Amino acid sequence: MLSLVIWIPAAAALIGAIAGGRRTPGALALVGSLASLGLAIALIAGWSGDSGQLTHVTDVVWIRSLGIHYKLGLDGLNLFLIALTTFVFSGALVAANLREWPRTELFYLLLGIAQSAVLGAFLAQDLALFVGFFDLMLIPFYLLTGIYGGPGRVVATTKLVIYTLVGSLLMLAGAVALAVLASQHSGQPLNFTYSALRAAPLGGGTQDWIFLLFAAAFLVKMPAFPLHGWMPDGYREMPIEVLAIFSSVLSKVGAYGFLAIVLPILPRASAHFQTLLLLIGLASILYGSAMAFTQTNARLIVGYSSVAQLGFITMGIFALAPQGAQGAVLQMVNHGIVVAPLFIIVGLLAARAGGSEDIRDMGGIAMRAPILATLFLIVTFATLAMPGSGNFIGEILILLGLFKTKMVFSIIAFTGVLMASVYMLRAFIRTMHNRAGPEVVSRELRWRDALVLVPFIGAIMLFAIYPQIELSRAQTSVTSSIAAAAATAAPASTPVANR
Amino acid sequence: MKAVARIAGHGRRTLLAALVHPHGPHINYAAISPLEALLGGSVIVLIVGLLRSRFAREQLVPALTLLTLAATIALTSWQWNDHVSAISGALAVDDLALALTIVFAAAGAAAVILSWRAQAPRESAHGEYHALLLASIAGMAILVAAQNLVTLFIGIELLSIPLYVLCAAEMHRASSLESGLKYLIIGSVGSATLLYGLALLYGATGSTDFSAIASSIAAGHSSDVLLLTGVALVLVGLCFKASVAPFHQWTPDVYEGAPTPITAFMAVATKAAAFGVLLRMFDVALIAENLDWGPALATLATITIIVGNVGALGQSSLKRMLAYSSVAQAGYIMGGVVVSTRLGASATIFYLIVYLLMNIAAFAVIIARERETSFGDDIDAVAGLGSQRPLLAWPLTIAMLSLAGIPATAGFIGKVYLIEALVNGNYTWLGIVIVVGSMISLGYYLRVIAAIWMREAPAAVRPTANGRPVLAGGSSEADVKGTDLEVAIVALAFAAATIFFGIVPQPLFDFANHAAASLTSFL
Repeated sequence: MLSLVIWIPAAAALIGAIAGGRRTPGALALVGSLASLGLAIALIAGWSGDSGQLTHVTDVVWIRSLGIHYKLGLDGLNLFLIALTTFVFSGALVAANLREWPRTELFYLLLGIAQSAVLGAFLAQDLALFVGFFDLMLIPFYLLTGIYGGPGRVVATTKLVIYTLVGSLLMLAGAVALAVLASQHSGQPLNFTYSALRAAPLGGGTQDWIFLLFAAAFLVKMPAFPLHGWMPDGYREMPIEVLAIFSSVLSKVGAYGFLAIVLPILPRASAHFQTLLLLIGLASILYGSAMAFTQTNARLIVGYSSVAQLGFITMGIFALAPQGAQGAVLQMVNHGIVVAPLFIIVGLLAARAGGSEDIRDMGGIAMRAPILATLFLIVTFATLAMPGSGNFIGEILILLGLFKTKMVFSIIAFTGVLMASVYMLRAFIRTMHNRAGPEVVSRELRWRDALVLVPFIGAIMLFAIYPQIELSRAQTSVTSSIAAAAATAAPASTPVANR
Repeated sequence: MKAVARIAGHGRRTLLAALVHPHGPHINYAAISPLEALLGGSVIVLIVGLLRSRFAREQLVPALTLLTLAATIALTSWQWNDHVSAISGALAVDDLALALTIVFAAAGAAAVILSWRAQAPRESAHGEYHALLLASIAGMAILVAAQNLVTLFIGIELLSIPLYVLCAAEMHRASSLESGLKYLIIGSVGSATLLYGLALLYGATGSTDFSAIASSIAAGHSSDVLLLTGVALVLVGLCFKASVAPFHQWTPDVYEGAPTPITAFMAVATKAAAFGVLLRMFDVALIAENLDWGPALATLATITIIVGNVGALGQSSLKRMLAYSSVAQAGYIMGGVVVSTRLGASATIFYLIVYLLMNIAAFAVIIARERETSFGDDIDAVAGLGSQRPLLAWPLTIAMLSLAGIPATAGFIGKVYLIEALVNGNYTWLGIVIVVGSMISLGYYLRVIAAIWMREAPAAVRPTANGRPVLAGGSSEADVKGTDLEVAIVALAFAAATIFFGIVPQPLFDFANHAAASLTSFL
């Protein structure tokens, strides 16, 4: 079942690439993605209460000599991330199908592989498998950016790949060391599955340096403040449909990695470095917000706002409190379904402003496009976490969790919420209202563009009205994933001091 | 059971024969049949090459060479699992030797196919070219089976001398001659160093036999100064062959100048031979001294990884880049020798096989582009390949990704295996060095991929010296038509194998484990 979810997109794209033609590859890739989405929705619908256990487990020994399993499993953590991934990919594929691409087959083949790799990373329950998918997903994006991107694409994509691969190679070393040392420690044969690694915790010092290797990989991917150097170039040059996917889905893999791998397997180090990670999250919020406020490129405004949002998610995770982690998981989904339409809207705006993505060249677009303006406004409100939006719930939960464990951080992080409204409203007003830019032609949304946006708006609405749909399903898994680290972090309140 | 009895019988007879016939040792002809095939084939090919018929020279000779290599592989498989000591213990025909012989034969076969229509055999006469190639493979097979110092030296010379000539096979190109001469001079220095080291080893331990050396060292009968000097000199000599820094300086020049099929062969097979003998030398004969040479070898590996990767960064010639990359890869492989565990030996063999696959795929594409464009092996030759020739672009892309160690390729699994062996052998820091080296290596591997997919093909393309028309900016329908079919097939086959073993590596693991198991010193 889960293997189907993972491999259908790549298989469909491969068939499309072999079939060739002008429309077939795109259509087949979309069909594959939708099929995967259908399966994901079926999984959510069939979710029978969260027992904290893995369901739909596939466990085959893949490489015997290295103890690597092809183990997939579904729990409350990745359930909605799977749905998010398939959903965003489907939306972006619809958007991509509206355009002509040179070398069509290659484009959709790469997107199909990318989708399979991301889904694989979310569903993997084996560390080596996760690392494999984590690295694999980068190659399609490297080529997509490098072949289809803007004028500065080669430099941008090289930067992107080197940053992320450096991180993930460090993680590879960390993963191998983790498994080998765990097997030496416990006397068991080499085994990379999460469950086996969780069962054999390492000593504090070893945990610490392995933690840093993993954290580097995940923080680069997010991106978080000091490691975001690839972000501006990469975001500026990526094709907008690819960027929507990248920003909405790939950044979540990093956050998911912390929750699913780092916290349960390296609890002592997670507690040890809690303050460091909270500082990084806080810095991301402040820096991202400040940059988003000063940028004039619409893509970068959204990009830096993502840095800030991911900062929130990091803080939520490392609050090491149930509410914080719950909020973080909710916020991952929220941010995913908000940022993808935001980028697609940026693309639409640019098309109406003579191709420029500079908000100084925009303005007055709302004049003849009330529907577009309305949709944009909804997305804007969701991004700035207006009460009544899903993001509001997510951020409240994060701050609540944080308030309980680290009050000072929580108070400073509140300013992030405030700044979000400033930069998002600034972007909205500058583009939609104000004086019209020199080349602005205000056009209403076309039907086919609406086809892309409306499902996203629908999802935003759904999570705004009923976030319980996610929270209730994830609760037990999230709590159990942070339990070990939380116990180590707060020895005063819990008797489980030294494990 | 029968096989065991036969081996035991052989052992007794060998001893007996040596006592009864003082003229010479008993020779187990079945055990050394791969060698006989190689040397016999070499002679036959040389003679057929003298025929006047063009067909015989240009088609029959390579075909016979391929046949010889096929026979070698078949005979190797026949001998598989029979651990025999042939020629009075001078050669050990065990699975390590046989596994590596298969690697050499595969590399040789690829080189023959790649040079089918190349310039080099035409200039140096087909008979000689192919006979020398076979002789060199025979040398490698002897080298990795060697059980004493003298056989080792014979093997290394039989390997090297044909290669000196082959590097200079394109006699009308100055850089090819330069390459051959350089290799000859540096190779001789290496051989001399090695020989001196071997002499000192003999002096220190009183034996030329590997197992006798091992027991002499283990018993502590050896003089330390003499022994350590000997070990150091032997190490230096072998490092010349394996192009381990700082003894690698010849590599870029020789690789660049030599005919490209020979470069491909050298990069893969010479490296495998050198590491095969390093395994035998250090992980068997000198294993008791592990604490002395382990850190030294680890340091060399670190230097090699850094020098190779940094050196490759600025290269615009693909062959030079792959030369530096091969230096770096030698550093990675060295890690498997350093730990001197069975896991390490297994990882070394695994990586050598993977290295064969990905490197041949890369060189095949370079050869195809050398013939099609006027850019030679410059990186411009592959610019725009993605839109022009997807069937050449993918193998090169896969090879580069695999060399860089990206998942879903065999290179990734190989690196994971090496790192695992290092962590397991308490050399975690060297594992980190490998990772750091891989990071640097992205800088140049990705540059090739960027050229393939993200650049337009340069305009100036003219017919090559071979006179075949060149397809400039052709559509994908015309793909392969302009390429020599056999070269494209080699590229595709080896790239497909790289992907296959990246996804289903278990057969290769079993193979490598089995080969490593014949190094009994770890038990």
